[in-house]
Amino acid sequence: MSSNSFAYNEQSGGGEATELGQEATSTISPSGAFGLFSSDMKKNEDLKQMLESNKDSAKLDAMKRIVGMIAKGKNASELFPAVVKNVASKNIEIKKLVYVYLVRYAEEQQDLALLSISTFQRALKDPNQLIRASALRVLSSIRVPIIVPIMMLAIKEASADLSPYVRKNAAHAIQKLYSLDPEQKEMLIEIIEKLLKDKSTLVAGSVVMAFEEVCPDRIDLIHKNYRKLCNLLVDVEEWGQVVIIHMLTRYARTQFVSPWKEGDGLEDNEKDFYDSDEEQKEKADKRKRPYTMDPDHRLLIRNTKPLLQSRNAAVVMAVAQLYWHIAPKSEAGIISKSLVRLLRSNREVQYIVLQNIATMSIQRKGMFEPYLKSFYVRSTDPTMIKILKLEILTNLANEANISTLLREFQTYVKSQDKQFAAATIQTIGRCATSITEVSDTCLNGLVCLLSNRDEIVVAESVVVIKKLLQMQPIQHGEIIKHMAKLLDSITVPVARASILWLIGENCERVPKIAPDVLRKTAKSFTSEDDLVKLQILNLGAKLYLTNSKQTKLLTQYILNLGKYDQNYDIRDRTRFIRQLIVPNEKSGALSKYAKKIFLAQKPAPLLESPFKDRDHFQLGTLSHTLNTKATGYLELSNWPEVAPDPSVRNVEVIELAKEWTPAGKAKKENPDEKFYSESEEEEDSSESSSDSESASGSESGEDEEEDHSGDSGEDSGESGSESEAGKGRAAKHAKARGKGDSKDVDKEKENSKSSESSSGESSSIEESSSDSESESESESESESRTITKVSTPVFVPGKTHVLLHRMSGKGLAAHYFFPRQPCIFGDKMVSVQITLNNTTDQKIENIHVGGKKLPMGMQMHVFNPIESLEPAGSITVSVGIDFCDSTQTASFQLCTKDDCFSVNIQPPVGELLLPVAMSEKDFKKEQGMLSGMNETSTTIIAAPQNFASSVILQKVVNVANVGVVPSGQDNVHRFAAKTVHSGSLMLVTVELKEGSTAQLIINTEKTVIGSVLLRELKPVLSQG
Amino acid sequence: MIHSLFLINCSGDIFLEKHWKSVVSQSVCDYFFEAQEKAADVENVPPVISTPHHYLISIYRDKLFFVSVIQTEVPPLFVIEFLHRVADTFQDYFGECSEAAIKDNVVIVYELLEEMLDNGFPLATESNILKELIKPPTILRSVVNSITGSSNVGDTLPTGQLSNIPWRRAGVKYTNNEAYFDVVEEIDAIIDKSGSTVFAEIQGVIDACIKLSGMPDLSLSFMNPRLLDDVSFHPCIRFKRWESERVLSFIPPDGNFRLISYRVSSQNLVAIPVYVKHSISFKENSSCGRFDITIGPKQNMGKTIEAITVTVHMPKVVLNMNLTPTQGSYTFDPVTKVLTWDVGKITPQKLPSLKGLVNLQSGAPKPEENPSLNIQFKIQQLAISGLKVNRLDMYGEKYKPFKGVKYVTKAGKFQVRT
Repeated sequence: MSSNSFAYNEQSGGGEATELGQEATSTISPSGAFGLFSSDMKKNEDLKQMLESNKDSAKLDAMKRIVGMIAKGKNASELFPAVVKNVASKNIEIKKLVYVYLVRYAEEQQDLALLSISTFQRALKDPNQLIRASALRVLSSIRVPIIVPIMMLAIKEASADLSPYVRKNAAHAIQKLYSLDPEQKEMLIEIIEKLLKDKSTLVAGSVVMAFEEVCPDRIDLIHKNYRKLCNLLVDVEEWGQVVIIHMLTRYARTQFVSPWKEGDGLEDNEKDFYDSDEEQKEKADKRKRPYTMDPDHRLLIRNTKPLLQSRNAAVVMAVAQLYWHIAPKSEAGIISKSLVRLLRSNREVQYIVLQNIATMSIQRKGMFEPYLKSFYVRSTDPTMIKILKLEILTNLANEANISTLLREFQTYVKSQDKQFAAATIQTIGRCATSITEVSDTCLNGLVCLLSNRDEIVVAESVVVIKKLLQMQPIQHGEIIKHMAKLLDSITVPVARASILWLIGENCERVPKIAPDVLRKTAKSFTSEDDLVKLQILNLGAKLYLTNSKQTKLLTQYILNLGKYDQNYDIRDRTRFIRQLIVPNEKSGALSKYAKKIFLAQKPAPLLESPFKDRDHFQLGTLSHTLNTKATGYLELSNWPEVAPDPSVRNVEVIELAKEWTPAGKAKKENPDEKFYSESEEEEDSSESSSDSESASGSESGEDEEEDHSGDSGEDSGESGSESEAGKGRAAKHAKARGKGDSKDVDKEKENSKSSESSSGESSSIEESSSDSESESESESESESRTITKVSTPVFVPGKTHVLLHRMSGKGLAAHYFFPRQPCIFGDKMVSVQITLNNTTDQKIENIHVGGKKLPMGMQMHVFNPIESLEPAGSITVSVGIDFCDSTQTASFQLCTKDDCFSVNIQPPVGELLLPVAMSEKDFKKEQGMLSGMNETSTTIIAAPQNFASSVILQKVVNVANVGVVPSGQDNVHRFAAKTVHSGSLMLVTVELKEGSTAQLIINTEKTVIGSVLLRELKPVLSQG
Repeated sequence: MIHSLFLINCSGDIFLEKHWKSVVSQSVCDYFFEAQEKAADVENVPPVISTPHHYLISIYRDKLFFVSVIQTEVPPLFVIEFLHRVADTFQDYFGECSEAAIKDNVVIVYELLEEMLDNGFPLATESNILKELIKPPTILRSVVNSITGSSNVGDTLPTGQLSNIPWRRAGVKYTNNEAYFDVVEEIDAIIDKSGSTVFAEIQGVIDACIKLSGMPDLSLSFMNPRLLDDVSFHPCIRFKRWESERVLSFIPPDGNFRLISYRVSSQNLVAIPVYVKHSISFKENSSCGRFDITIGPKQNMGKTIEAITVTVHMPKVVLNMNLTPTQGSYTFDPVTKVLTWDVGKITPQKLPSLKGLVNLQSGAPKPEENPSLNIQFKIQQLAISGLKVNRLDMYGEKYKPFKGVKYVTKAGKFQVRT
């Protein structure tokens, strides 16, 4: 075949014909197509030649056509060898399309696929992060079991990559490898654990996804990352947010105690039917103790709230279900507004949201009552939406709004959409049973509908009326008579059956009509539906028992008809009834009770919402929508009776120190990388060294360098001057943002860069991130970084201070300590935990904070009054105090029901700080700017053993809440922090000199605090 | 999460498939077709279908079904929202989201799907990033490509994905720097037979078209921000600023995007700009009925009401309609039974009306209910809630942008029951 001319033909329309040929083959099984259609063969032959040509354009054309084939679901697997050759193509588009092909067919052609692996392995070492990432993506998407070890190695390497984008891809690859080979679980969990510690917002969503897929039960891996995830949440991309929120909901249900007070929701019908009564009693006992929410629990609830404003319906729904499942019931109300907003969206979103609202509205009517009218039905809504809205309207109906609703329902009943009209009638029935005031009105309305022209409407009304009458065994003779008349006209079997049953049940109330009805139906018996036949038999039996004089013959006639019916059910029933009611010598003891059996009081059916039992599924899940457990559904656990130890969420020093080691070093230190062969390790280290080289400005490493700094917050610094400038600008523009926060960075300062993880651990994420956004404009201009990141405390001393001695407090004792957590009440406050003990043998009631005597500018956020404290009971509460960066005393009164005690809290200077993570380079830079006036120093003399690094570190962090700055020199220790109120930097340096002396230097703008800190540190460091 | 995606047209052909994990046979769609058959109307196909081994989550957009195959538990909204994002992206790239457009650009579609999802988890969904990765087709570019053999895959790497501002690309340059905002408000209302309002609400959006160079930092403030009751934001908006000052502060994406959507607090009374007088009646036992509607202005704040259309879904027994409009033109489709009256502008001197006879199928019972009227209209230069933009400030760049704000009020789901 002269390929070139043919190829040309193909492109200009000739392709059309062959494509049609292909279309025909595709319906047959792909292998069956072999050899049958020569045009197919020819075409592929031609593609092969194009792929082997030298011209990129020809190759590209061929690849495009192949992708077209894949898209249509046609088989293109025989081209595999030809395509795979191009995997190393220089042309980026060809390469991409080859990747597409490879991922699709590698599974089928495993041996050939192996040819491409080396290309990816090479690409994994590429200096360009996007190439590394895409190589990992494709490598991990090729589902060939032989390469599992290679994938594992690649994932391991990528999870320690400097680029967060590559690490994100590594997180995705974990799931792929897991589904390919679940044996690797343990090793993958290790990687997940490592990636969970990652501070980049880019990685967070993906790694949590991997966690959910691989090891959702390893909740222990979350503890240490819980606070970080909560804080990062706002900055994570929307899809990641959904996954993280769902995971955190489950986490919260295992780690915190229930915030739902007994009797909290009066309309809360929810009962824990799993619990026995005793358990409930126990629970009640426990709940009598005043409840204080764990600050971490509060953190989650607070940090997800802004996401209710997301444009992404899935995020809004995720937050809504979080509030529903873990927030105090009084706070869950805020979600209704956002959910109602989603109803403006397209029908699929409406469908899911309405389903969830339906479930919620059963339990807590109050939440959606103000939005009642938003659920009114429009004639243009699809039927499924209409029915869901109707469901919600029914759930929301109460005495106050029922009259409006009934008027609305009247319109619906007339709808042209008959399915909907029928549903409305059911709804009216449900309203009638749940709200007794209107049951008569409803019944009358339904009776009116009996004269409706539409049969479906009438039938549905009959069924509902039947149920209603059964529930109210009052005299409704008139209605029954009316319905008996309907039998002549109505043909819908269910309705006929219902009427017959109703007459049978009430046959003594309508003695004249019932036999007549039996007469009529006996006539039409043979042509009735099976359903109706059974009811005719029942009616006959009942009448035979109550009024045998009139109906004996009729019943026997019907029984005879039934005996020869085609349906065995009816024959069975006939035989059964005959034995039971017609007395003969064989009939046993049962026939004596026939009347009791047939005319027993029957329990009324319950008209219930189909959404009644759905609440045991987590809202917003697939399982909830389907109302069955979907594969992989993770059960939401019940609240624990006693909260597990909250301290597991505290982040400790060792880990941080490890994370802070420069990435290059960390790689080598990693002990568990048994997969590294000798040579690879070499390559690896050479790579990392080239990375650090490129960090100093070489072209190839530009991306690299950027990530490097973004990756771990070690490069951040410079914020001393930054915050000054920031404040200046804030004043200039009179903007509220930042309010003296050092994170407030300067827009004029264009040579600054931002990192994607800039907001890291900071307490006010939106601010810091949004501000840093504003300056990422000139990424290429300089390498300086300006973000100060608040890190987690290195060490939390357990030392408590006495607030109120039990002797002076008439048995009430109070201690306080500084948990060194960012305060949840305000950015500028220091959080203080107060533990109250009752040492008397009586209850102490109404403990609260009375009058406050605070120096100028100082503020205090008090705890909620404690209703009562049992004898020997103790309770811990948190308060927030803004000390204005001074060591002045905060005086206030601690009051009980009867007494008031004046107490003071004087903060040690070290507690007025928040630790800051920065690199050595930045530290030096900042220090340079804070010289002269801003520097205080002193010389310390102590025994050499006191100058071991660990001793110094322990001593310093014990006194002050500072962060450790990784140091390149053994004899210099650096610590960084910022003041809580103004966010000024506080830099502490301990420089070991010859002999047993050391120089202690503190650089800060706040010279007063600086010198106080110096004075406190000096004796501590020189002591043995 | 998302295992595979099938695109299906109205006649039930699967014309595109894409798998992110191992291949799922097309036959899985049979369950979908079954459900579709049962539902009769496309609108009623349930979005979530359970099959023995998979779950199908589908959306219906522009006469196409996007059917995704799911294997394990996933929040259904997650998938639905993502599928809509895919459809939005197609719309954005090809100008329309239709079978023809997708078939014509199948390679680009494939490349897009490849970038948007990795192993079933969304990767890049921001249009600014995608456009850097894969350039949208234009006539000029396709001509150039065919001559030079170059491609539409970006050879530079997107910066957005790696920066802190994933929605904006770096290095944007315009000769004319412009920022336009469209405040579009829609009135949702149900008016009952007697003309009183059963339910009314204002839903608004602010769509922006921003063509500004560099990295502008904008802040948009309102005269009366308290009107906005419930707001949802584009991710670029700084939430804290809004909370504390009620100012929208953001670094915008490049091009067209929806800045916020909002609902005006329900306490405020909603002005209904039009009223309808109607008398529709069907005679008992006769094959005709009368139809008469008149539209007039009401509370229109002195602006003209334009582009009025009335759509009525007539009952099934209606065979034909013989009507005379005093203004505009009408059509009646005897198959779908939809009456559309294109009215145009209202002039208060002479109110537009549509009168005439309705032919019914003889012998059939007369319809129970009169059909509801769905009304569309538009009022230029007016935001019916009274929302007003106060000012737009730009920081971070030195040039002076050209700024503009436009207000439009439209009818949303505006229904008159008769």
